Amino acid sequence: MTTPLLQVRGLKIGATVYPPGEKPHDIEIVHGVDFDLEAGKVLGLIGESGAGKSTIGLATMSYGRGGVELTGGTVKVNGRDVISASARDIRRLRGAEVTYVSQSAAASFNPAKRIMEQVIEAAVFQGKFSKSDAEQRARDLFAKLGLPDPNNIGNRYPHQVSGGQLQRCMTALALCPEPDLVVFDEPTTALDVTTQIDVLKAIKDAIRDTGVAALYITHDLAVVAQVSDHIMVLRMGEMVEYGTTDQIINAPKEEYTQALVSVRSITHEEKQPTEPVLRVENITARYKGTNFDVLHNVNVDLSPGQTLAVVGESGSGKSTLARVITGLLPPRDGTITFAGRTLTPDQPSRSLEDLRELQMIYQMADTAMNPRQTVGTIIGRPLEFYFGLKGAEKQNRIQELLDEIELGSGFQDRYPAELSGGQKQRVCIARALAAKPKLIICDEVTSALDPLVADGILKLLLNLQKIEDVAYLFITHDLATVRAIADSIAVMYQGRVQRYGTKSEVLTPPFDDYTDLLLSSVPEMKLGWLEDVIANRKMESAGN
Amino acid sequence: MHPILRLVLQRLGLGLLLLLAASALIFGLTEILPGDAAQAILGQSATPESLANLREEMGLNRPAFTRYVEWLGGIVTGDMGTALTNKLPIGEQVARRMSSTLFLAFWAAIISVPLAILLGLIAVRYQNRWPDKLISGITLASISLPEFMIAYILVFFFAVKLFWAPSFASVSPGMPLLDQLHAISLPVAVLTLVVLAHMMRMTRAAILNVMQSAYIETAELKGLTTFTVIRKHAFPNAIAPIVNVVMINLAYLVVGVVVVEVVFAYPGMGQYLVDAVVKRDVPVVLACGVIFAAVYIILNIVADVVSILANPRLRHPK
Repeated sequence: MTTPLLQVRGLKIGATVYPPGEKPHDIEIVHGVDFDLEAGKVLGLIGESGAGKSTIGLATMSYGRGGVELTGGTVKVNGRDVISASARDIRRLRGAEVTYVSQSAAASFNPAKRIMEQVIEAAVFQGKFSKSDAEQRARDLFAKLGLPDPNNIGNRYPHQVSGGQLQRCMTALALCPEPDLVVFDEPTTALDVTTQIDVLKAIKDAIRDTGVAALYITHDLAVVAQVSDHIMVLRMGEMVEYGTTDQIINAPKEEYTQALVSVRSITHEEKQPTEPVLRVENITARYKGTNFDVLHNVNVDLSPGQTLAVVGESGSGKSTLARVITGLLPPRDGTITFAGRTLTPDQPSRSLEDLRELQMIYQMADTAMNPRQTVGTIIGRPLEFYFGLKGAEKQNRIQELLDEIELGSGFQDRYPAELSGGQKQRVCIARALAAKPKLIICDEVTSALDPLVADGILKLLLNLQKIEDVAYLFITHDLATVRAIADSIAVMYQGRVQRYGTKSEVLTPPFDDYTDLLLSSVPEMKLGWLEDVIANRKMESAGN
Repeated sequence: MHPILRLVLQRLGLGLLLLLAASALIFGLTEILPGDAAQAILGQSATPESLANLREEMGLNRPAFTRYVEWLGGIVTGDMGTALTNKLPIGEQVARRMSSTLFLAFWAAIISVPLAILLGLIAVRYQNRWPDKLISGITLASISLPEFMIAYILVFFFAVKLFWAPSFASVSPGMPLLDQLHAISLPVAVLTLVVLAHMMRMTRAAILNVMQSAYIETAELKGLTTFTVIRKHAFPNAIAPIVNVVMINLAYLVVGVVVVEVVFAYPGMGQYLVDAVVKRDVPVVLACGVIFAAVYIILNIVADVVSILANPRLRHPK
């Protein structure tokens, strides 16, 4: 048997951590992983954040982010170990034999240099191609990846192309030096669902046409199922299961893999609309200093104790609608009625009661909390502000709220930095609940979380809705979430409500073209789904 | 209109407004100082009558605003008035002094700016290792010592002990360039040491900040050498903050060199201003003040414009 292109044996990776209030110490984040990858094959690495998948991917280039160090085992590329290699040999490996595509192309391109210069840099620096040959190769790759105007797009700067286009340029950058192996690190995660599908297809075709081998890292099993030959499931630095894509998707052996494969476990009985608590009528809005409307004549209702999901791509006006409702952006036209009262357009002129009954939870729990305040202070603040609670009374109420969000009593004195992502979001939920609101606006509250953690948050939100009878305006781009929790749905497209009604109405055909595109773009855990859906499309996605 | 051109014109307009405000401030401040030009000229021999006569003659008892407008009109048309002490036109004096000061500042800048940036790049390349610590240590020590102290130390060693350079920086118009450079070598060295640390530290900090970016990782994963990564990918994105601090230091080289000029008896603007203040020569003080303000504002506009030009989003709009 020939030597595989990539052979990983007993790979251990460590890092120095600096926890608050403790001495810095070393921990191990990958505990001995073995796998092989043959030339021209694609291996999917899948797992939640902290599983060590990116770390393993970068280890094939002998690279450790921050204080990460490769502490044991061997990683052989083309038969040579890269961990024990000299700095010089490592430089010759990177950008020549192994290349890398990162999650955020927008951050990974140097803003001060033209795209072409960056795409051909490694190929020329490593002596693989002359400058003119590399440029010709880049133009061919641009064309193969379906970029518009492939002969000239390289002359642009990164900010002059869209996010989906830049992600394709990043793929061209990785393929340009004719590497043996490309590490794709969540290359479509930051894209809109309708854009993701095109980029995914472009990447898949490029891999097939160039015959390059690839490590495809993602947390989304449905995505990896479309591109890889084999899948390795990782959890907390250890391999859980390894198999062919078909076996992992259709016959997972391990319990953890089964949990990842099974689509959301939440069931939610749809409620029928009643007298609305929130009524948005004919809202038109634009940002200061611009001359175009970002919301056009938006009308939606939300019944007490129910969930209205607002879905759409980035730029469709979902978050702007939240800003208008909260009064951060006074609309140009239209009215908002809340709990029977007409809200004043701007937030500062609203009554204390209006402010109290309308709360908000954000996508980034991290930045929504003061890192210098304890959980107790964070949750206690609205109790003082709205209800004037003090002393033991306040402490009891804080404890009640912590119990409601399923965190124990030890959490009062902790700081946000000591909490996990899911726990942070729970604290933000408790802070919103502390005000006893009638409506909570949830802006992409699960987007930054791992699927299983997000699942827990959604269950908690549904549970709290039953107990507190609070309504949710749930802004998201994730249609699986919408299916799981919504009572009614508003699909937004370019600042307009494209389709609106109860969940069953909106999700029942016949669809308009945009809703069809959006619904069909959600990756399904099924082999060959990508090809089917591309073949059956009625409309081009806007984002590329 | 191209957005860059508009931004640059905006900056120029703001700079002019700022200069106008500065001139008003300088004029106002000299007004509220006790005593006036008449008193300064008459000195001990001042009597109420002679003071009143002289003020009448010099037009000093007209309203301050009228005199400000007249003075400003003179400045705008290139007439800075005449000095009280020697009755010479201020414009000629300033031109001569300014060219001396600019000569000194030019050579100090030619040496210190590239040196500071190079040292900053080296400090980043060997971050937290001995070259970085050595560079930071020496430059911080040199900025911490008062400049007259550095000046006298250099004079002691290089002029008194070793006879390598003159302790007086006397430059005359007919001298060959090399002799002139030899004459100003010590003041240039002092100025370089004084401004080096600030620029070097800022270069280091700005580049280190950029080194955290994801695109630096991309560059490292292309197999580029560390120095290539810093030079080609980090430096171009750190230009704006570096240019800002360079311009502040260049301004300092022009308007802040009073002490150095006095120590080396160098006939520049700094000495001219000090002399005028001592002799209560108000028109000269005013002229120097406005010129210094103009230098500061112009250099800061240059820094702003370079920052704008360094931003590809403004240079190449969508």
